[in-house]
Amino acid sequence: METKSIKEIQEEIIEEFAFFDDWMGKYDYLINLAKSLPVINEQFKTDENLINGCQSRVWLNASLSEGKVVFTAESDALITKGIVSLLIRVFSGHTPDEILSADTTFIDKIGLKEHLSPTRANGLLSMIKQMKFYALAFSTKIKK
Amino acid sequence: MILDIIKIRKDFPILEQKVNGKQLVYFDNAATTQKPIQVIEALNKFYTEQNSNIHRGVHHLSQIATTKFEESRITIQKFINASKSHEIIFTRGTTESINLVASSFGKKFITDGDEIIISEMEHHSNIVPWQIIAEEKKAILRVLSFDDNAEISIENFKKLITPKTKIVAINHISNSLGTINPIKEIIEISHKKSIPVLIDGAQSASHIKIDVNDLDCDFYCFSGHKILGPTGIGVLYGKEQFLNAMPPYQSGGEMIDTVTFEKTTFKGLPFKFEAGTPDISGAIGLAKAIEYIKSIGIEKIAEYENELLNYATEKLISINGMKIYGNARQKSAITSFNIGNIHPYDIGILLDQLGVAVRTGHLCTQPIMNHYNIPGLIRASYAFYNTFEEIDIMIDGIKKVKQMLE
Repeated sequence: METKSIKEIQEEIIEEFAFFDDWMGKYDYLINLAKSLPVINEQFKTDENLINGCQSRVWLNASLSEGKVVFTAESDALITKGIVSLLIRVFSGHTPDEILSADTTFIDKIGLKEHLSPTRANGLLSMIKQMKFYALAFSTKIKK
Repeated sequence: MILDIIKIRKDFPILEQKVNGKQLVYFDNAATTQKPIQVIEALNKFYTEQNSNIHRGVHHLSQIATTKFEESRITIQKFINASKSHEIIFTRGTTESINLVASSFGKKFITDGDEIIISEMEHHSNIVPWQIIAEEKKAILRVLSFDDNAEISIENFKKLITPKTKIVAINHISNSLGTINPIKEIIEISHKKSIPVLIDGAQSASHIKIDVNDLDCDFYCFSGHKILGPTGIGVLYGKEQFLNAMPPYQSGGEMIDTVTFEKTTFKGLPFKFEAGTPDISGAIGLAKAIEYIKSIGIEKIAEYENELLNYATEKLISINGMKIYGNARQKSAITSFNIGNIHPYDIGILLDQLGVAVRTGHLCTQPIMNHYNIPGLIRASYAFYNTFEEIDIMIDGIKKVKQMLE
């Protein structure tokens, strides 16, 4: 099976969200995503993997498997977790270089930009930074 | 109706707006209150007609600005019933007022092994400044705990006092739990042992009557923006005897008498504690806000807000899984709660979609979150311009988002 590119997945998500014409549908969808997100393995829910927001907390774990980065994550708040699951869907399973060069404007396009504002202390913005940081670290490791 | 709410709401233009397509319901008043048009116009008038620096100028505008600024001080003095206008120090807010006392009082009066008493329900602003001075002076912070109803016990307080206690710092009203603390008793007990008391009045100024003369507190702090005034202005009331004995907190212009490279002498009160150009427009705006509150009547405000509190509490507890934190017998119009295992952030975000503004998180009181072992709270805090209908909107909203999240 051919894997979809990051851009393709983002477009797929934009299309899914275009279906909702009110906020409730959109948030219901996010909440359902959150409920179906495979929970992070308890052993990875450590302080080292914790991204602290003032409002909600996110745990992010990354590993390298056959040249691709595998992310798993969890949050204590459902809406944050819903967005976390979208970020996992977009970034997990791609090479470090693909992750590093990817943009995150799809979040704007699905009308959730406010959740990635640095003034919303929910840990999401730090999560994206941390994902890119992992990609950079793996990329350096591969090239060595 | 105790208050003419329709008339009052017309004075607050911000309340008319829609948020996310819904009529705004503003229940984040404990964080900051909205401003009446009278305050906004006073700020506008200052900058369009009166702006000038104060005290140093000989010219016309400087004279006006100086007079207005000093009149504001007197308005505040009368509002809290202080005996002298120079006992009113302008600061940036409650936080700076507490920092000023902790640092300056601490420098002069606190030494190795001394003790400072605070309560478990303090805002971080009434914890951290004391921690810093305690560390610097090798003093000890003693913490007065609260019980399950979020009340402190006078008996426990008495037990905490020792010959080493140098100051007691406690809030008048808890910003997270709404508890109105028995500060008069605390002050009386402390004074019997000659211990001064600082009251953090950030949550009380626009809700209940403050009479520093009757309370006999040694320091009282509050913020302009929580009492319908502008942000960036606050008040420290301090008894003359302490303020005179305490060294300056910051130094620079406005607060000096003579400066040579060998020695500087300082002005008297209140200027000794007001280094640099103060927030002139802020002080004028704050005085206007106080006049506005006086025109409505603080007793009426307290009575009406108490009705809002009772109504909201009754409605909230009818929701399945609702837990209200803070059930003190004497309580201000603040309701903090959680519903089942739902994360407060989720409720806050979804209520915002419905136009309802509440605060969520640890509310700058992490020790309270630790007390209850919770990640955070949802806080709806009310002001006299809020209505019973708005509470109904919030309650319907909570029911709706609860259904989405469960």
